[in-house]
Amino acid sequence: MAEQPTPAPARPRDAAIGTGLGRVLLLVYGIFALSASARALVQITTHFSEAPLAYLLSAFAGLVYIAATVGLAIGGARGRLMALTSCSIELIGVLVVGTLSIADAVAFPDDTVWSRYGSGYGYVPLVLPFIGLWWLWRNRPRP
Amino acid sequence: MNGPLSIAVIVVALALAVWYLIRTALDRRPTNADLWSMLGLGALVAVLVVVAVVGLFIGDRPAEWTTFVGYLITTVAFAPVAVYLARLEPTRWGTLILGVAALTLPVLVLRLQQIAEVTSG
Repeated sequence: MAEQPTPAPARPRDAAIGTGLGRVLLLVYGIFALSASARALVQITTHFSEAPLAYLLSAFAGLVYIAATVGLAIGGARGRLMALTSCSIELIGVLVVGTLSIADAVAFPDDTVWSRYGSGYGYVPLVLPFIGLWWLWRNRPRP
Repeated sequence: MNGPLSIAVIVVALALAVWYLIRTALDRRPTNADLWSMLGLGALVAVLVVVAVVGLFIGDRPAEWTTFVGYLITTVAFAPVAVYLARLEPTRWGTLILGVAALTLPVLVLRLQQIAEVTSG
């Protein structure tokens, strides 16, 4: 092809975490923030009594994704801390809820984003925190 | 929701997704043609959403019609948001943003079809 490849400029050390691959993460976290919290809102307002634990977990997951999205978007030390905290909670959440939803299906009669390690969402919820944490680690502040 | 229009959206989106992912692997930033293609897909999606909204008024409503409307709003907003983000990111990651969007749109259309099938009658 005659077209020139895009030259890849070296990424500055102090580049915002919400740029580059971070902007892709921002989009994906945004999608999950929206879908998890919208799902929780519908579940809680229409049939909360059917599976209160699952629906509260949905709402919690939604808040975690919102925090991660906002953290990536605002950047800086505070944004980093927000993103780091929410990615860690997300990783623990998907592992714990994923395991519990398989071991104790009675407690989880209805699905959350994290049920069965996020299989209803193509296992993206399982992979996402690893990518997020790797990205934050790669862009850690260095003197 | 099950017409040829949905199939067209899914096929075009998947074809574009393959293209964007190859371009990402080759480390190319999104070209104007890439951005316009996504806007074209967005226009196709907009037509689908308008047809679905008209269907809400003249046909059977899905049982979970609030969820349905939520999905319709998300679906129609998706391509423009992706183009906006991709324009902010003139690197390979901008191309990946378009790729992620092109992969998500078929999922949204399939979910819309699932919700539309269960009507309150």
